[in-house]
Amino acid sequence: MLWGATLRSPYPRAGIRAIDLTAAVRLPGVSAVLTSADVPGSKVYGLEFADQPVLAMGEVRYHGEPVAVVAADHPETARRAAALIEVDWDVRPPVTDPAEALLPGADKVHPTGNVVRHVRIRHGDPAATADVVVRGEYEVGMQDQAFLGPESGLAVPAPDGGVDLFVATQWLHADQRQLAACLGLPVDKVRIALAGVGGAFGAREDLSMQVHACLLALRTGRPVKIVYGREESFFGHVHRHPARMRYEHGASRDGRLVSVKAEILLDGGAYASTSAAVAGNAATLGAGPYDVPNVSIDAWAMYTNNPPCGAMRGFGAVQACFGYESQLDKLAAALGLDPVEVRIRNALSEGCVMPTGQVVDSAAPVAELLRRVRDRPLPAALPAAPDQRELPGGVSGTTRGEGVVRGVGYGVGIKNVGFSEGFDDYSTARVRLEVIGGEPAVLVRTAAAEVGQGLVTVQAQIARTELGVEQVTVAPADTGVGSAGSSSASRQTYVTGGAVRAACEQVRAELLRLAAERLGRPVAELRLAPGMVESTVDGPLATVAQLLGAGAIDRTVQWRHRPTEPLDPRTGRGNAHVQYAFAAHRAVVDVDTELGLVRLVEIAVAQDVGKAMNPQAVAGQIQGGTAQGIGLALMEEIIVRDGIVRNPSFTDYLIPTILDMPPTAVDVLELGDPNAPYGLRGVGEPPTISATPAVVAAVRAATGRPLHRVPIRPEQLILDGAGDGAGAGDGYGDGDGDR
Amino acid sequence: MIRLACTVNGRPCEVDGVWPGESLLYVLRERMSLPGSKNACEQGECGSCTVYLDGVAVCACLVAAGQAAGRTIVTVEGLAGAPPAGPAAGAPPDGPTAAAPAGLDPVQQAFLETGAVQCGFCTPGLIVAAHDLLRRTPRPADPEIREALAGNLCRCTGYEKILDAVRLAASRIGDTRDTGG
Repeated sequence: MLWGATLRSPYPRAGIRAIDLTAAVRLPGVSAVLTSADVPGSKVYGLEFADQPVLAMGEVRYHGEPVAVVAADHPETARRAAALIEVDWDVRPPVTDPAEALLPGADKVHPTGNVVRHVRIRHGDPAATADVVVRGEYEVGMQDQAFLGPESGLAVPAPDGGVDLFVATQWLHADQRQLAACLGLPVDKVRIALAGVGGAFGAREDLSMQVHACLLALRTGRPVKIVYGREESFFGHVHRHPARMRYEHGASRDGRLVSVKAEILLDGGAYASTSAAVAGNAATLGAGPYDVPNVSIDAWAMYTNNPPCGAMRGFGAVQACFGYESQLDKLAAALGLDPVEVRIRNALSEGCVMPTGQVVDSAAPVAELLRRVRDRPLPAALPAAPDQRELPGGVSGTTRGEGVVRGVGYGVGIKNVGFSEGFDDYSTARVRLEVIGGEPAVLVRTAAAEVGQGLVTVQAQIARTELGVEQVTVAPADTGVGSAGSSSASRQTYVTGGAVRAACEQVRAELLRLAAERLGRPVAELRLAPGMVESTVDGPLATVAQLLGAGAIDRTVQWRHRPTEPLDPRTGRGNAHVQYAFAAHRAVVDVDTELGLVRLVEIAVAQDVGKAMNPQAVAGQIQGGTAQGIGLALMEEIIVRDGIVRNPSFTDYLIPTILDMPPTAVDVLELGDPNAPYGLRGVGEPPTISATPAVVAAVRAATGRPLHRVPIRPEQLILDGAGDGAGAGDGYGDGDGDR
Repeated sequence: MIRLACTVNGRPCEVDGVWPGESLLYVLRERMSLPGSKNACEQGECGSCTVYLDGVAVCACLVAAGQAAGRTIVTVEGLAGAPPAGPAAGAPPDGPTAAAPAGLDPVQQAFLETGAVQCGFCTPGLIVAAHDLLRRTPRPADPEIREALAGNLCRCTGYEKILDAVRLAASRIGDTRDTGG
């Protein structure tokens, strides 16, 4: 087996005059050194637009872009060989400000221009006037998914000229389609099996090392493994879009929303990835879970020479939620109303119309979720002589309670479930029922990626429930069965769960048809009980084992949720989303106002999940999603200066530890959605969305600081005007707190 | 290249051809077929590679292979009562349908039962770190659990169910001790 390594660009933007591979090729132990010239098929790939080079083609557009790949007998040899490649760079000034990139005459990152997509939503009367108007500018930093298992995969060349790839990914068939195109192979010669996936959160939607490992394996005729380290991982996947947002909310004196106007600018970085869909979400969900008669929203996803951004848990809804929830607090203050009360007065409910014109046609318990988190008892105040570990700064001993103030804040959010805007979003399941060792047994096979969310367990639960069979095996996911779609958009239990259920229903129908034939009974009289076919009239008739004998029933089903529509490009109207999901948070914080340190005391979350398919896994999703929202509020940001990533490590990019996480109280509602399998509602993303504004609101309540930017930095809590993106001359804030 | 001899999970091990720059973690995973310990940061920030080295919990990524010579290592594979798993070939597929291995350590069992495992990448390190905590402090209070596990990052769970797991394991170990079992 060989090990692969990647040479990456040290510049955010540069031409490549020449590449000299001589020294790298000559290093003992090196088997291959490849550049773009060695890519036999399409030299570019992408999820929505094929604009990203497999290896740089004459120029690079972001810091860390792959330039060449090496295969060698040891990972260290491969790394040293990559370092021996000599590139003659023509360094150029990067485009790093998305607002400047939008200006007429701006330097173009791609020949097609700098706008990946502009989404325009117009709803109601654009000239509507209101008694009270509040305005704000908000900014969200670049968050990383920071899954713990860095990108990795093993490519094995096959005797038929194809390749077998074992890889951690979110969507096997999207990888397969792009790989086949880049390798110049028929799709059936690129076979992919899911390897262990150490978390995903959107970062494994785009290709990373997949084409590189396959190219090296096919060139050398030997298996090639590529495993990124943590630093390379920060360059190896897309991030959450940084956003600059301008909001204007108008309301009547009694606190009813009259209008929402918003401009949302998303920095998509060097390549498109899923930026277009992220902009669609930010725009269509940009007014939040509120009933607003007049809405005007524009969202842009921009090309720059910053790191590419794409999917991360919450997908465009996270950024907007920080904006509109900050506004609701501002509005509450302007009206002299309680922050929860103003939200409840405007809460979306079933039957309301979204700014796209789409009617919300299942439960939307926004007011109830808010009441639930509000009505929980508050945690006890700090005692007079608190335990050091319960104070901001913890065992560092930076305070004994002096200068510490408490605050409480709320947030509520909305997320779409499943792929939107007319996308043909389906999953495929194969279910086989046979008798093994005298007992009925079921094999479930799908290509759905288990990324830690518990999907394998849910598939087994569904098969057991539908077929009354104890012995259920969920086969490892691979491309030997049809596409399951992506493990993203909170969709997999809905869509692959729906496919498994539909396949089970077909298997059951065939078993009952067989039973009717063998037993001479009308099929309408028969039903399936555990291990047994019984008559609704006479009770048990025959065991499944007796009926099937050595035979098997095997059904493959492609299952779709109800279709969605594209957005009208002029007005943004359209039934674009499959399902909406909601969560609300209440955060309680203690802030050391002398040092700007924040300690979360408690966070409470309420979420409607329609039906908790696996209650333990549902709670785990809500707790884990909440943690990522807390991270964005208080610590997580990839610092990019002049296009250069400054903190690609877990030393400098901080994610919440067990000390940062407070007790998390979870309240689950189950208001079934009649359109969804079992009534379920996607779970994974909503808790990430509303956690962030709730924490920020709590810190505002404690400190009185405006806090227009996340993550909050200590200096924003101590120094007037420090690092708080509000009010800069360009209208989008100056962005960088510690410049 | 060096030859490395040490004791891993109770068995004497000897591997040849080790490049001196390799970490103990690399040797365990790539040369000894013990992939339980995970590599998430390779700089001692995440705790995913936590193992016992002569009875002390360490990050295997920060131990040079040569430093392990002649020493005793216990990995997450060595905590269960059953013999440590060999090379992955022939092992049953992961998933809820695979039978739980016999003789799991109480910490491992508690992680399974409480839902403290999502993607599983942090789990081996957290199990060793929690095992180490409970050896030293059989009945830890929550702040003690938090301090002891502060060096282990988890991105999936929000840690709530990891706390549940450690509390459950502590209660069971304590019960066993209380009854002299």
